[in-house]
Amino acid sequence: MSVKTLKMDGKDLSAREGDTILQVAEENNIYIPTLCHLDGLADVGACRLCVVEIKGRRGFQPACSTVIEEGMEVVTNSETLQKYRRLILELLFVEGNHVCAVCVSNRHCDLQDLAVKVGMNYTRLAYRAPVRDMDLSHERFGFDGNRCVLCTRCVRVCDEIEGAHTWDVRGRGIEASVITDLDQPWGESLTCTSCGKCVQVCPTGALFQKGKSAAEMVKQATFVTYLKSMRESKK
Amino acid sequence: MESHELDELAARERTRQGDYHHQIGVCVGSGCASSRSPQIRAALEAEAKKHGHACRVKGVGCMGLCGAGPMVSVDDDEVLYQHVSESDATRIYAGLEKGEPVEDLVIANDTPFFTKQVRVVRRNAGKIDPDRIEDYIAEGGYSALRKALTEMTPEEVIDEVRTSGLRGRGGAGYPTGLKWSTVSKMKSPQKYVICNGDEGDPGAFMDRSVMESDPHLILEGMAIAGYAIGATQGYIYVRAEYPLAIERLKNAIKQARKYELLGENIFGTDFDFSIEIRLGAGAFVCGEETALIASIEGKRGSPRPRPPYPAESGLWGKPTLINNVETFANITAIIEKGSAWFSSIGTEKSTGTKIFALSGKITNIGLIEVPMGISLGEIIYDIGGGIPDGHEFKAVQTGGPSGGCIPAVHLEVSVDYESLKALGSIMGSGGMIVMDDTASMVEVAHYFMEFSKSESCGKCIPCRVGTAQMYDLLALIISGEATSADLQLLEDLCEMVRDTSLCGLGQSAPNPVLSTLRYFREEYEALLVDAKPVEAK
Ligand SMILES: Cc1cc2nc3c(=O)[nH]c(=O)nc-3n(C[C@H](O)[C@H](O)[C@H](O)COP(=O)(O)O)c2cc1C
Ligand code: SF4
Ligand code: SF4
Ligand code: FES
Repeated sequence: MSVKTLKMDGKDLSAREGDTILQVAEENNIYIPTLCHLDGLADVGACRLCVVEIKGRRGFQPACSTVIEEGMEVVTNSETLQKYRRLILELLFVEGNHVCAVCVSNRHCDLQDLAVKVGMNYTRLAYRAPVRDMDLSHERFGFDGNRCVLCTRCVRVCDEIEGAHTWDVRGRGIEASVITDLDQPWGESLTCTSCGKCVQVCPTGALFQKGKSAAEMVKQATFVTYLKSMRESKK
Repeated sequence: MESHELDELAARERTRQGDYHHQIGVCVGSGCASSRSPQIRAALEAEAKKHGHACRVKGVGCMGLCGAGPMVSVDDDEVLYQHVSESDATRIYAGLEKGEPVEDLVIANDTPFFTKQVRVVRRNAGKIDPDRIEDYIAEGGYSALRKALTEMTPEEVIDEVRTSGLRGRGGAGYPTGLKWSTVSKMKSPQKYVICNGDEGDPGAFMDRSVMESDPHLILEGMAIAGYAIGATQGYIYVRAEYPLAIERLKNAIKQARKYELLGENIFGTDFDFSIEIRLGAGAFVCGEETALIASIEGKRGSPRPRPPYPAESGLWGKPTLINNVETFANITAIIEKGSAWFSSIGTEKSTGTKIFALSGKITNIGLIEVPMGISLGEIIYDIGGGIPDGHEFKAVQTGGPSGGCIPAVHLEVSVDYESLKALGSIMGSGGMIVMDDTASMVEVAHYFMEFSKSESCGKCIPCRVGTAQMYDLLALIISGEATSADLQLLEDLCEMVRDTSLCGLGQSAPNPVLSTLRYFREEYEALLVDAKPVEAK
């Protein structure tokens, strides 16, 4: 395997042929925010948080799915990039209904971490407050569409690692969502093996493990009522 | 078929046609067909039968003036009739016998609408019966393929296309010869040719018309491409909303196979080429090449990051050449008449012609083919006949939801890839939506953003949520409740969505906003709550 040399944020680096910009950055302790990327899953370049500037190339490229080339000059953190990443995160926060205080994943959430790292603490954008369903039909797991960021990690892990292909994406644009089987309740899925991989890879509280005790169920119920009252107040 | 058989077939067909005293062409394109042209054709055929078949009545492709349909032509376009109905059949026939056209139906064919056009791709449209391969062959069809296969090496074919300067007509204007050369250099026993007929811009029907009017032109162009790059299989991806185009293409493929102009050992050479049709379910984003390929593979039609480009890894991971319908339709003329002839049309960097679909507030609604480099003013006023109802021209949107508007001060602009881009618009695939002085440009931007928002595939965040937010902000501005901070936010979103979206849909979705802001910012500002008083200039 041949070695390639490139410049990242002014530093001369060497890397293995075939590596992505993200891999090289991580090896050299350069932080690039990511969300849809997960080591071990095929990259889809969907969240666009990892975009970087490459000298001589038009526009911006996703670090997770751009393979390095000899002599490449990459900028991972310009002012413009910071502004764009912040705005992309703002879009995510207003797209769903992210109420951290009542979320099962509070303080263990990639989305929250990203907001802290990228410095996103408020938004100028209007909350979309969509009406989204929860699916609690599965015996052990739950899905809360309000917190889904459509990263498709669950879809990919289920297809690529578990081989069940229970999860998929339905709909277009702002109406797109993840579904199980042909949009049937998760609990009735014929393909789901209940392995729980999707729950493990989900970056937010959208997929979660149901608690063994009744305490967590109560928590969920409060969340739904809270959301409802919030939406009522929106209308 | 063997080489010489093509000439024999052409000669036989020309003799057959020469035996008719007259040929009447009835437009059977989608536009005219929806206003009863099949019935008109039947009425004319019945009339011809009464008079002993000395006159041939044929279905022909679109003649361009769709707004004046149903259109009927007599002896190519010696006489053109507009707004024809079934009851006119007797009069038209009587006129033929007397040698006097039916005055009240005649539409002048020496107006700038006709004389200023240069028809390369549409040379057979309105002339041949798209359902008969013999008509196409009589006009010289399939001789370019024969020339390529029997007189040229694949490299020579690619060279010819490269030096012609032809650029992709699907929107981006990528040099076609360069693309062919890239795919030809890929080492792979299996390669594919794909024709992109997904055409989904609002107001665009250029490709539909080419497919409906002259389907063999596309098949022949694809076969030449297959020979050039080393592929034996081609696919035409057509949206299911184009049933007539699909039917014509299917029929054309069947006829070409029958004459062995597709299939194995074409013209006795060792070149094999087959073409199949694949139907798109009508998502605009499926016109994007990587989404289109995913869709043919039976997957969800969402774009993926490039590189790798399809030229390297396309359909089923194999090197794939993907070109637009109109791009393929230019190939036979280049091979037949040579690259020097082709590049003598148009400008230095934008050679050949371009088909545009004129719609909106313009007198002559329809399809036109013009040399690149023609001025916008000539298109609007000479060919298009100007703005109806005593209104003034305000702007024209080119490139549909991915493009921008060009205001009246730039009517002099040369219509070519670079000049339109410099004005913040794009050539696009050929839609031209004309707006008069009653148009609100904020509403225009709002209309196109609604399109992009609903056609976004939802895969990447900037486009999925960004288009929805921009749409809402535009609605807020129109409602008169927005502040200058909202306008600033809209502009910030435009930049970010343009720069970070995964595919061309998101990357170009902000264009209509950016270009209306560039030329008509005062219309936005006038709607703001904290509207700045307009400064006197
Ligand atoms: C959202 C989107 C829609 C597109 N739709 C079409 C289309 O309908 N027809 C087409 O030929 N190209 C379309 N394209 C461009 C194709 O991706 C591709 O560039 C083109 O087919 C290449 O052919 P050309 O080089 O001959 O233009 C679209 C691109 C995008 C981003
Ligand atoms: S459920 Fe979780 S893993 Fe699946 S797409 Fe939504 S956020 Fe991603
Ligand atoms: S830019 Fe829009 S259409 Fe293209 S991949 Fe992203 S969401 Fe899909
Ligand atoms: S991590 Fe690269 S696009 Fe999401």
